[in-house]
Amino acid sequence: MASQPNAEEAAPGAAGPWRLAWRRLRRNRIALAFLGLFVLIVAFCLAAPLWANQVADTGPNDTHTLEKLGVGGETREVVSPSGKPIGPQWFEADGKFFLGADGRLGRDEMVRLMYGGRTSLLIGFSAAAIMTLLGTILGLLAGYYRGWTDTLIARTMDVIWAFPVTLLAIALGLALAIGGLRIGPIHLSGESIWIPILIIGFVFVPYMVRPIRGEVLSLREKEFVEAAIAQGASPLRVMFAEILPNMLSTIIVFFTLNVANAMLLESLLSFLGVGVQPPNTSWGTMIGSGFDLLTSAPLLTLLPGTMIFLTVLAVNVFGDGLRDALDPRAKVRVQVEARAGMAADEVSGGVAP
Amino acid sequence: MARFIVRRLVGMIAVLFAVSVIVFLVFNVIPSSDPAQRMAGKAATPTLIESINEEWGFDDSLPQQYVKMMENIFTGDLISYEGRENVNERIVEGIPATFSLCLGAAVIWMFFGILFGYLSAVRAGGRLDNSLTVLAVAGISMPLPLLAAFFLNYLTYKTEILPSGGFVEFTENPLEWAEHLILPWVTLAILYIGFYSRVLRTNMLDAMHEDYVRTARAKGLGERKVMTRHVLRNSLVPIVTLFGLDVGALLGGAIVIEGIFSLGGIGEYAFLSLKNQDLPPIMAIVLFGAFFIVLFNALVDIAYAYLDPRVKLGESAQ
Repeated sequence: MASQPNAEEAAPGAAGPWRLAWRRLRRNRIALAFLGLFVLIVAFCLAAPLWANQVADTGPNDTHTLEKLGVGGETREVVSPSGKPIGPQWFEADGKFFLGADGRLGRDEMVRLMYGGRTSLLIGFSAAAIMTLLGTILGLLAGYYRGWTDTLIARTMDVIWAFPVTLLAIALGLALAIGGLRIGPIHLSGESIWIPILIIGFVFVPYMVRPIRGEVLSLREKEFVEAAIAQGASPLRVMFAEILPNMLSTIIVFFTLNVANAMLLESLLSFLGVGVQPPNTSWGTMIGSGFDLLTSAPLLTLLPGTMIFLTVLAVNVFGDGLRDALDPRAKVRVQVEARAGMAADEVSGGVAP
Repeated sequence: MARFIVRRLVGMIAVLFAVSVIVFLVFNVIPSSDPAQRMAGKAATPTLIESINEEWGFDDSLPQQYVKMMENIFTGDLISYEGRENVNERIVEGIPATFSLCLGAAVIWMFFGILFGYLSAVRAGGRLDNSLTVLAVAGISMPLPLLAAFFLNYLTYKTEILPSGGFVEFTENPLEWAEHLILPWVTLAILYIGFYSRVLRTNMLDAMHEDYVRTARAKGLGERKVMTRHVLRNSLVPIVTLFGLDVGALLGGAIVIEGIFSLGGIGEYAFLSLKNQDLPPIMAIVLFGAFFIVLFNALVDIAYAYLDPRVKLGESAQ
């Protein structure tokens, strides 16, 4: 997006839609502030190896159960005999156990928080990319070809829709965590993080297909599409070179929404033990393992939970700003359509200008 | 109308059939989940496994097994692999807790979602609107386990204001029933409160520019009446749509909440059965959940036509 306005700088005065959107976004201080927060969180997670090697001197899965920590003159046990992990040490132990240990195994909570964030972000963005891609392609096909293609896609989506999303994701998560996934040449073991990515990417697809389909249906009646068809453009060309660019702002907004949804579902699945599997760790698995120690060490749950909350909040607020900038009239309608499904076409048809 | 209902019914049955086949297949093609092996335990002898296979019909072809299972679901004879309990009875036992949770949460989120959305829209741009908007975004960004942990930590363990969980039947003691359910209700409702108030605010702001609102003002209607009778009423249509779909799909959220607050409802049973790869209850619960989703989908369409006369039922069924 940033490159778009530069490309148009040659023609002063003629501000394209992207350039206008960029101007609107730049004026939205709140959205930019939350984008900044998001960048900070990503930087925090990217710095994981640096902190682990240079400061904490331990890995995310290294256990320190029986070790003692020399702080000032006294020694402190990483895990007390009763099983209570050490609390935050801040810089007292030169950055070791900055946020304390994570439980009986005595792993460094700070190091895990940083590495866990990498997994959560990776899953959030990969799953969002998958659902955006699938949702866009299926929506394009259904809306462009209509007829039996539309019926087939719509009925398939209906079936996925009939499952409670969380229940479907949990069932798939359990089944695949135990057995792994083998489809043709693709072979994933049960602990691969691609399993939660694929599951999350898959279960949310129907939420995107319908609104995209609706938009394709209205776009394909426009003159420029007729013109392209009259010039002999192939269906693929019409779909991807004519219709798709006109839906880009919707798709971008959807992508931010998808990231937020994917990260929340990841945390839920991992919390229940059916998402990210050891040795990988994510903020969700950390909440799950911390929950058992809620009475003695609430920080172990509240910290990773707050990280998810802040990340999703940043994505949501920036997404709102992006939406306002790209289409000031659209506001939250895209969300309604994404969730309202069945009646969505009528909702937008009835309310939209 | 009759044609619509018939078509909707046929569609519902087809979807439920597809759902049941998918669940059945998923749990039959997982490599490590041979139920006979699991039931026989660690000290399994070939003869024991054979007799289990014989008794439960695991040697039959998959279609035969599927038909048998569906028959049992509808006659109430379905027996779980784990613990050999009657599945239908367990589900019926779980209904009070799960329905109390879902209905209570739904009432709370509808009330506060509409209230906050209305206040936000009426005072658009003001301080109240800004704070409510912040709260709403925070609500939709909140991971359920974090919220639950927060409540449990500060309202239960540290201050002992509210119980940490458990379920008391309404008929036994209505006060304790509510006291035990407050935290689960609020935890489940917050996401929806945030979402609904945002949607309602946007819709109301859109509706305020409609001609019928100008007409209402022009004929001298008070501002409050314009807002409630015209703007709010017309903006509630998509909310009703969302509400139907969300209530129908609530079993998913119930799994997490019931587990955390040990309510002992259907959600908790579902998660336990999933962990044990206990196919009969999984099958029954998924169908139970899917039934409500499909049912509420149909109800939403009917309600939609009722609220908005421009929608004809025959078309919305497409």
